Formats: sequence, structure tokens, C-alpha cells
Amino acid sequence: MEEVLFFLSALGALGGAIGVIAMRNPFYSVLALIVHLFSLASLFLLLTSAFVAAAQVVVYAGAVMVLYVFVVAYVGEGGEPAWEPIPGQRFLAPLLGIALFVELSIAVLSSSLLALGTQGPDVPAGFGDPAAIGRLLLEKFLIPFEASSILLLLAAVGAIVLASNRREGEVGTPDEPSPNREEGVPTSPSPTAGATP
Amino acid sequence: MNTEWFIVLSALLFATGAIGILIRRSPMVILLCLELMLNAGNLALVAFSRMVGNGQGQVFAVIVMVVAACEVVVGLGLIVAIFRRRMPLNVDDLRELRG
Repeated sequence: MEEVLFFLSALGALGGAIGVIAMRNPFYSVLALIVHLFSLASLFLLLTSAFVAAAQVVVYAGAVMVLYVFVVAYVGEGGEPAWEPIPGQRFLAPLLGIALFVELSIAVLSSSLLALGTQGPDVPAGFGDPAAIGRLLLEKFLIPFEASSILLLLAAVGAIVLASNRREGEVGTPDEPSPNREEGVPTSPSPTAGATP
Repeated sequence: MNTEWFIVLSALLFATGAIGILIRRSPMVILLCLELMLNAGNLALVAFSRMVGNGQGQVFAVIVMVVAACEVVVGLGLIVAIFRRRMPLNVDDLRELRG
């Protein structure tokens, strides 16, 4: 049963990952990534880490992917050119990726970690639930926890600065009081007022 | 399931993300491939946490998720800013910072 679940989830994760890099339309790439994230959450459940699985579904598949969908809808598809700046890039890149995979596998599997071939020790019932993770976060890993909260705050401020910085030549919203009024550019009510008499 | 299966799967997912970064040119898809690689790292962290039998790897997986969320926010903000300045959304054309 466990093996069946593992291979199903692994197939979903791998299929989602290949879908992300193979789809031409970024919207379908985002959908493939959602499939990938759900499969990964079930793999986390197999590894008895319930909190990480729940955070994966809620934070990633819920919040982050909604952000992606909004930006894809705002930016549009953006046709990707078919030409290659480096000749043979599309054939060399998978070769390099396969080499990376073989290298990573050799590096991990031939290491002297004796427990790699085992399932791991038997864990108590509360392993990986929110209480255990919260205790670790607030006692042993308090400083990384606080540092990550500061990082989140900085990222939010940075995103606001990046996204709201308006200069000329940008697409502005029409209902905003713009400097066009001072330059005598007719605003929207004036042509209709001139047309009625 | 043994731990090595999870580790090999995470190496496979990491390599898939790396291939995606190498062959795609849209910055949005490159961000998605970065997510793939970060998630592969998360899978390895959680698998090792189960192998060792304590929850510390899971704490780091949660922190990696926070870092990934920050990266997504800043990256998508950059993409929106690039789009509003009517510059091409193609990493081969955005080479002003190249040394």
C-alpha cells in the first residue's frame, strides 16, 4: 500500500515537473506546478510530516500559486521565441540535467550514510505534527524563525516598492490624478461637454 | 519505503528544474523552475528528517518555504515592473546587467 502511494505520488510529482518545463503557455505551467505540489504534499504525508504537508498545500498550492495565476493573467502569455541564442541549447541542457541527476545520485547513494537503506527509526505518534514543529521553532530554532519573519517583512516592502514605482512610459491607471491635467490635456468630461452645444 | 527512494526522486526533480531553467526564456517559467528546485530540496530535507528520526529537517523545510515565498513575491514584482515599462519578458533580451 505504501509503495503504491509512493509510486503514484512520485509519478504525479515528476509529471507535474515535466509539465512545468514542457508547456508553452505559462498558465498551463502554473497548473502543472499545482499538480506537482499536491503530489509532494502526499509524499510528505508518507514521511509522517503532517504539518509540512499542510503548509505545502495551504501556503504553496493556495497562496503562492494564486499570486502566479494573477501575474500570468496580468502579463499575458508572452510568446517565447523559437530561436536559440546558443546553438544546440535545447539538446545540451537535458544532457547537463541528466549528468546533474547522475552526479547527485552517486554523491548521496555512495555516501556512508548507513540508514539510507532503511525506513528510519520508529517514531512516536506526535512526530511531525504542529505541536512538535512549533516547539522546535520557538525553542531550538528561534533565531532562524525570527530571521525568516524579518525576511518576509523585507520581501513585502520590496514588492510594494517594485510594483508601485511609476515613471513615465508606463501603463498608468486612468482614474488616478495624473500630471496630464496641469499640461492642459483634455480630460474625459470635456469632449462630451464640447459636443453637446 | 526506504529513504533512498525519496532522495533519488528529489535528485530527479532537482535535475528537471535545472533543465527547465536552462531551456526556457520566460522569466515567469524560470521562477516556476526555481520553485521546482526548492521543492526538491524540501523533499530531501523531510526525507532525511524521517531517516534521522527527529523533526529538525521539517523545521528547515518550513523555513525554505518562507524563503521561497519571499523569492516569489520579489520575482513577480520584478516581472510586473518589467511588463509595465514595456520591456520584453525574455531573459535573452534583458541583458543590461550582464557584465
